[in-house]
Amino acid sequence: MSTQTLPAPGAADGTRRRRRAPRAWLGTLPLLVFAGLCFGLPVGALLYGAVTHKEPGRATSLTGENITTTLHGAYLNSLTGSVELSALTALVGTVLGMLIAQAVVTSRGGALRESVLTASGVLANFGGIPLAFAFVATLGISGVVTQLVHLDTLGWNLYSFTGLSVIYLYFLVPLMVLISVPALDGLRPQWREAAQNAGATDGQFWRHVGLPVLAPTLLGGFVLLFGSAFAAYATAAALVGGSVPLVTLKIADALSGNVQVGQENVALALSLDMIVIAGLVMAVYLPLQRRSTRWLH
Amino acid sequence: MAALTPTASAAPHDSTPKDGSRTVRARRPRRRVWRGVVLGLAGVYFVVPLLASFVFTVHTPGQGVSFDAYTGILSADGFTQSLFLSLGLAAATIALVLLLTVPALIAVRLGAPRLRSVVEVVCMLPLVVPPIALVSGITTVLRWGPDHLSTTPLYQTFIAVQNESFPLMLVFAYTVLALPFVYRSLDAGLSAINVTTLVEAARNCGARVPYTVLRVILPNLRSALASASFLTLALVLGEYTIAALLGFRPFAVWIVSISGSEAQTSVAVSLLSLLITWLLLLVLSRVGARTGGGAGAATAGSAAGAPSASSTPSASSAAKE
Repeated sequence: MSTQTLPAPGAADGTRRRRRAPRAWLGTLPLLVFAGLCFGLPVGALLYGAVTHKEPGRATSLTGENITTTLHGAYLNSLTGSVELSALTALVGTVLGMLIAQAVVTSRGGALRESVLTASGVLANFGGIPLAFAFVATLGISGVVTQLVHLDTLGWNLYSFTGLSVIYLYFLVPLMVLISVPALDGLRPQWREAAQNAGATDGQFWRHVGLPVLAPTLLGGFVLLFGSAFAAYATAAALVGGSVPLVTLKIADALSGNVQVGQENVALALSLDMIVIAGLVMAVYLPLQRRSTRWLH
Repeated sequence: MAALTPTASAAPHDSTPKDGSRTVRARRPRRRVWRGVVLGLAGVYFVVPLLASFVFTVHTPGQGVSFDAYTGILSADGFTQSLFLSLGLAAATIALVLLLTVPALIAVRLGAPRLRSVVEVVCMLPLVVPPIALVSGITTVLRWGPDHLSTTPLYQTFIAVQNESFPLMLVFAYTVLALPFVYRSLDAGLSAINVTTLVEAARNCGARVPYTVLRVILPNLRSALASASFLTLALVLGEYTIAALLGFRPFAVWIVSISGSEAQTSVAVSLLSLLITWLLLLVLSRVGARTGGGAGAATAGSAAGAPSASSTPSASSAAKE
């Protein structure tokens, strides 16, 4: 906006702006310095540590060994475990969130819509430690529902891949609802009417009009959900300890010295792997978000 | 994300009446059943854990109902200490993140548009680094202290930022985590007002720059500032990863530490924290509604709830976890 309005006042304004520019630049300085020190430095140290090898008494040397280690054995298991869990929960979360959002958007009650949106905002926030404990109380070994329905005799175990998925969906589905309600609102009812007048069935409408328009939102939502699940640590740490292989748990183990000496840099390499995956996720998400914004306005 | 929300308030008005048109009516009964099933199942899935948690906190099999888990929270060992530590960290983080971003964003709009993309990238980059990766980087840097710097004055700084009673290191880390959400919130707020015009008008009236920023721009940003602060507060109160791995003991770490011995109390505190989040969100949507005003007054409540809501979850997923 500013780029459009600034030149308008004409040449007379030019000198004033030129005088103001250097001082304005100073306003961004604290932010940039802070980001360099508190974000750039740790991330730089992480990158450096991930590609170097350090042993007491010997010089630090450049190596790809740490990265290679993370792509083998238990470390690789934890990476694929995290990716599988995130992909599965993101997929289920996208579908369920979309269905709920569609149910809310097509309903006529304003009160229902508002309460679902508020509830989604709160529940999507209900991550981390409190969520884990709520589920322990509900579906854990001595959880209320577990005891009531005797789930344990059916082979239910909260402290497993499935259990963790059920918990993750508790904040992923509301997140998807929040993402898809505005997009579904953007689907003009006229489009559906036009399709129906042209003789299209509901299925044809969704296949040829609805889903293509929603695709960037759906994909962007999926990717965001994936990223959320992938970076999650607290819930899993409070809950499963080491029983499900997750990369975040492995990094935490390595950082707190639960592995043999000299492996700290492997934790850094694992972190680097995570950054690469999260970077890919964001590289997909940001353009999609921009695109869906353009489509639906 | 915030850019999407205006439709949330506008669309129901033009979509609802048209849904009732004759062409659609024929299919409505089937659709209503489908909708009921979806919402019903979702309701069960989302309400049962909350109800069950509550039952868990007040009912012990064989001993009947008691509210000791709730009355005992205040006197629980370490509760007030950890809560006040978290609140203090939150206040410091909010102050720091606003002091860094507000001048930068205003400066970018007023006189340094070329820096705009730089500031945006710097603010959004923390999204790419999961908290656990950030903390592994921080641990590495902090290890330099004793390893290489113990003879230099810098070492004192390293000690100071890790002070047990008020770990500044956490404030810095939380500020980094909050940057993307605060940036988005403030950027959306600044887009809604025409900063250049406002500043030029104020300066033509003889106002100086500090006065203009404090009395003209900031009041117009009230709801954006409120939502940025709320996001940061929620983020800091719930954050576990960084605090736990750096060995500090704010609120979330405290809940975990008591969960072994006092399971009921830990669940009770978890429920209360949900309740508090919900109240904060309500307060925030009120603030947004008052400043929103104008034509959309009737829907302002839901519209204000939506932007905060749509950016909050990302805050929780990136940071709380």
